[in-house]
Amino acid sequence: MSDRPLFVGIGNAFRRDDGLGPWVAEALAARGLNAVPHAGDGAGLLDHFAASPSVVLIDATRSGAAAGTLRRLDARAEAIPAEFFHYSTHRFGLAEAVETARALGLLPARLIIYGIEGSDFGAGLGLSAPVPAAATALITALIGAGETPRGSVAQNL
Amino acid sequence: MTERIIQVDALARVEGEGALYVRLNGAQIEAVEFRIFEPPRFFEAFMVGRDAREAPDITSRICGICPIAYIMGASQAVEQALGIGTSPDIEALRRMLYCGEWIQSHVLHAAMLHAPDFLGLADAIEIAKTNPDLVRKALRLKKLGNTLMEVIGGRSVHPVNTRIGGFYRAPEVERIRALIPELEWGAQAARELTLAFAGFDFPADEYDYHFVSLVHPEDYPITQGRIGSSRGLDIPVADFNAHFSEHHVARSNALQGRMKDGSAYLVGPLARYTNNYDRLSASCQATALEAGLGPVVRNPFKSILVRMIEVQYACEEAARIAGSYVAPSPAFFVAPDRAGEGHGCTEAPRGLCYHHYRIDAEGRIEMAQIVPPTSQNQPQIEADLTRVVAANLGMADDALKWRCEQTIRNYDPCISCATHFLKLTVDRV
Repeated sequence: MSDRPLFVGIGNAFRRDDGLGPWVAEALAARGLNAVPHAGDGAGLLDHFAASPSVVLIDATRSGAAAGTLRRLDARAEAIPAEFFHYSTHRFGLAEAVETARALGLLPARLIIYGIEGSDFGAGLGLSAPVPAAATALITALIGAGETPRGSVAQNL
Repeated sequence: MTERIIQVDALARVEGEGALYVRLNGAQIEAVEFRIFEPPRFFEAFMVGRDAREAPDITSRICGICPIAYIMGASQAVEQALGIGTSPDIEALRRMLYCGEWIQSHVLHAAMLHAPDFLGLADAIEIAKTNPDLVRKALRLKKLGNTLMEVIGGRSVHPVNTRIGGFYRAPEVERIRALIPELEWGAQAARELTLAFAGFDFPADEYDYHFVSLVHPEDYPITQGRIGSSRGLDIPVADFNAHFSEHHVARSNALQGRMKDGSAYLVGPLARYTNNYDRLSASCQATALEAGLGPVVRNPFKSILVRMIEVQYACEEAARIAGSYVAPSPAFFVAPDRAGEGHGCTEAPRGLCYHHYRIDAEGRIEMAQIVPPTSQNQPQIEADLTRVVAANLGMADDALKWRCEQTIRNYDPCISCATHFLKLTVDRV
């Protein structure tokens, strides 16, 4: 297990705003952070939970909020509402993975989830406005708050 | 008479967007509809004009759970059209890769999505709370399936190391051999889960299905074989369209498959198992016997047991292939352009998956046809629902709804796969 924070960008890059997670992960990886995309089913997310004591998930949400709205959830402190997250395969997605890990005692010591509201989940490449701006702000904040290759995850973002 | 409507607007624990509608008038069943409203995706149409060598990678995008089924079916069909063969070592590696897909797909469905139905629980999270060891075992098995796909295919979702003629790069012998201990654990774990699931209270339901699957004289069929059935069908893959057809119905964005005479048939684990029981390993047959299964399984609710037996088989088979693995050399065979037509057929986790392509002299696709298992199973799903509703009219609505959803989940339907299809008709008046 690495002590470096692990960033997991969840989603499908071919479904417009659902590709937000991989988009952010790619940007973070380009800056030297330990960041990976995740396009598989939710059960596979549990493997990432074992990879670092500090895991940060980034995913698109579809909750009815304004596009670009940023949410931060602390999975150690609160249950994850399944209805927020668009991504799901066979109805076992991010929320199911987190809650299953909680029941099994497999949550990492720190698990933060960032969700950005999307608006277009149709087939195609690219994020729709204003999602890229919100994602860029999140990337900047994560790095600016100390999310450097050797730094610790910001506690207050 | 009292009208009762049993309706589920968005089916849970299945892949894709589907719904269920049942209308009863007293004891009379007026309508039973398995509705698929997942949008069609037109794969067969947009592949026309593309290079045939792209077909495996493009069609693998039809599904994130069973991409290998599409890669293999498309590869077989295009290789036949281009007139190239591969080698026994390449075919063995393909079979091992396919075992990975069976393991991860079957375990996800059986343990995480279908088992809650039998335990009276809402989902896998509830199982994790009441039976954490079961879920831990299932997650480790599923990871094993993903690992096979990563080691051989380059990644677990939409693998990238496969190509027409074989593989871009053959995995090193050491990496394949290193999988054996976990595969041996996996076979035992799958056996234990099968026996644990055998204790479920299964609804009493039997039906004389027309089981259709690949059949093979030596192997439990995964990647190779003829198309056979429990009623005597035995045809080469190329004759698929002479015996089966697809039809559009208004309630479904997926074409429905039927025999040419209009009858429904069943593909998937029950059909594979029944048509090929003698090709299962002795250890898998022993597990089946202990789980209370004979050589024919006609209770669709027991498909969860057959899936887990197939997981045991896939682990054993992958370990066997790994033990004698020789890195294919060459890793792939080159296909020169030529006009041709080809057919491919493999056993996706959910059943028979047929591919058919016609290619022009420059290697471009002129015609593509893909028939996935869930399309073929739709008429049988509706027939099962009708039978189950008729047998349980005395149930309260909530209980009947639950039983109907469970009936659909017997099939592990992949609605995303089923809505890949070609035709969209727009009537303008």
